[in-house]
Amino acid sequence: MAEGLSDIDRLRDKVGVEWEPKVCQIEREMIRRFARAVGDPNPLWQDEEYATASQYGGIIAPPTFILAIGLEQFVEDVMSLTSFGTVLIGGTELECYQPIRLGDVITASFKISNLHERQGKMGRMAFITFYSGYKNQRQELVAKCRQMIIGY
Amino acid sequence: MTEQLYYEDVVVGSEITPLVKQPTTRQLVMWAGAVGDYNPIHYDKDFAQSRGLPGVIVHGQLVGAFLGQLMTDWIGERGVLRKLSCSYKGMNYPGETLTCRGRVTKKYVQDGQHYVECNLWAENSKEEKTVLGVAIVVLPSRADYNK
Repeated sequence: MAEGLSDIDRLRDKVGVEWEPKVCQIEREMIRRFARAVGDPNPLWQDEEYATASQYGGIIAPPTFILAIGLEQFVEDVMSLTSFGTVLIGGTELECYQPIRLGDVITASFKISNLHERQGKMGRMAFITFYSGYKNQRQELVAKCRQMIIGY
Repeated sequence: MTEQLYYEDVVVGSEITPLVKQPTTRQLVMWAGAVGDYNPIHYDKDFAQSRGLPGVIVHGQLVGAFLGQLMTDWIGERGVLRKLSCSYKGMNYPGETLTCRGRVTKKYVQDGQHYVECNLWAENSKEEKTVLGVAIVVLPSRADYNK
């Protein structure tokens, strides 16, 4: 960590830079763990027989499962460059183009797309937009996500 | 599963069948593990209190996932959730009852696809809207299935 720079200045030259992509094969247990954490009993996510008879022909992941593919690690890696005492999430925007199927190999790419600061009650506050894009093994765009994080 | 919802059945202004959730600290730990969010304000009470919070708080994104479930339950197997935006306005605490609700704001056909837009929110037992959302879904049309 460079001395003498504020937390916000440390992030400035990271804006727009592509982070290391994450490649992830989607396994049944990952989808099951996610669905159980949400408490979502939809058989499309877990019931093999039901899902096979559906239009999808097999198990798919819920749309919000995208949040489980590397995004939090990316946010944590970036925020570890700073010494913000509090990190809060302001918002999430998710766009879904293709379902994620069991066995898909998803490549997730990450970057900081926006950074600005504001003087708040707690001093200087950073508003950071984390962007992530997801493709499957057929190079189809699966989803895009924007996550707004506040650090102070 | 609920019966399939069709575009023709949707009335602008109507309410979506609510989804009631009661997140526990156990659920927060399950969510942390499922998505890899290890921010201690969601599991370490002492840490949360040192940051000026009354206790651990529910992950905003878990409530976002509840709103996702609200939509996938409503649109049925042949509906597709195209877009979900959530804005986290207030804190939620484990043990509270959260009711996820939504209202249809718009329906339209574009490029042969049947779209429905909804405003969503999660409210606590004091009827405070702690998470606001917008969803865009694509629904099957009865006309397509009756061809």
